Amino acid sequence: MNVIMKNHLSVRFVSYIVLCFFCLVSLQLQAGPRGAPKEPIVFQDQQVEDDYLELSEELRCLVCQNQNLIDSNAELADDLRREVAKMLKKGQSKEQVKDFMVDRYGDFVLYNPPFKAQTILLWAGPFVLMFWALFAMLRKIKANKTENNGDSSELSEQEKEKLQAILRNK
Amino acid sequence: MKKQFMMPLIIFGLLVVLLVVGLMKAQYIRDVPSPLIGKPVPQFSLPTVGQQPQTFSSEELKGEVSLVNIWASWCVSCRAEHEILNHAAKLGIKIYGINYKDEIADARHWLQTRGDPYLKSAHDLDGRIGIDWGVYGVPETFVIDKKGMIRYKHTGPVYIDDLENKIIPLIKQLEAE
Repeated sequence: MNVIMKNHLSVRFVSYIVLCFFCLVSLQLQAGPRGAPKEPIVFQDQQVEDDYLELSEELRCLVCQNQNLIDSNAELADDLRREVAKMLKKGQSKEQVKDFMVDRYGDFVLYNPPFKAQTILLWAGPFVLMFWALFAMLRKIKANKTENNGDSSELSEQEKEKLQAILRNK
Repeated sequence: MKKQFMMPLIIFGLLVVLLVVGLMKAQYIRDVPSPLIGKPVPQFSLPTVGQQPQTFSSEELKGEVSLVNIWASWCVSCRAEHEILNHAAKLGIKIYGINYKDEIADARHWLQTRGDPYLKSAHDLDGRIGIDWGVYGVPETFVIDKKGMIRYKHTGPVYIDDLENKIIPLIKQLEAE
C-alpha cells in the first residue's frame, strides 16, 4: 500500500516537473512579430504628452479587446501608441488622430462610441428601460392604492368583533 | 396574480435566449467590422520579399479581381492557411501578399519551404502599411475588385469552407461586374 502510494506520488511529481519544463520551453518559443528594435516614446512638450495619454486611454487595443492602448502589451497596441505619438508630435489634433484610427479600424476602436443610428440602442436603451421601469412602478403603486381604498384598509364588522374578542380574552 | 407570477419566468426565458444567441455568436464577435469595405485599397509602395529587388504598389491591384493576404512567418495560424492559399493559387486565383512585421530571411525561408502562392509579397517590416489596412490579427485576407476597391475582409485563417463558400463565389460575382 505504502509502495503504491509512493509510486503514485513520484509519478505525479515527475509529471509536474515535466509540465513546468514544457511551460518554460513554450515561453521561450512563443511566436511573435519581430520588427525593428523599439525606442521608448519621449515627449518634449507636456501638452502633447497629456494628449497622448488621454488618447491612449480612449483608444481600444484591437488585439486585447477589453484593454485600451495604455493597458495593452500587444505588439499592435505598441505600434498604435507610437503612431499616436508621431501624429501628435507633428502637430495633429486629437480629433485628427481619432479620425485616423476610425478610418482604419472603425468605431470599435473608440471606447466612447459615437451617437449614430447603429448605436442608438446602446445610448437610448438604458433610458428607455429606466422610464419603462418607472412607469411600471408608478402604475403598480397606483393599483395598490385603489385596492387599499376599498374594504381592505378598514376592518369589516366581523373582523371588529373578532378583534374585540381577542382583546377581551387578554 | 398569475400574470405576476409569469413575468419573471418570461424575463428569464428571454435572458436565456439572449445568452444562448450570444454564446453561439461568440466566435464571430472578435471580428471587427472593417470600415475599409467599399473603399479603395490604402496606398502603399513597398519592396517585395523576393530575391530580386522589386516593388509592389497599390496601383497594381487595379484591373483584376484579386486577394490580398496579410501573412507572417511567426504567425501560427498562417501555417494552417498556407496550404489553402497554395490550393487557391492553383485554381487560378490571383493572390498578393503583404508580409507583416517579419525578418526578410524568415519570410523567404517560409516561401521556399512551404511554396509561394503569391504573385508578389510586399515586405512591411514595421507594420505601418498594416495599420493602413486596419490589420489587427494576422492572417487577414481582403478581396479586391477590378477597380481596386476592397469588397470583403476575412479575419483569421481562410479555411477550405471559407474559400469555397464565400471567397470563390464572391470572386466570380466581382469578375462578372
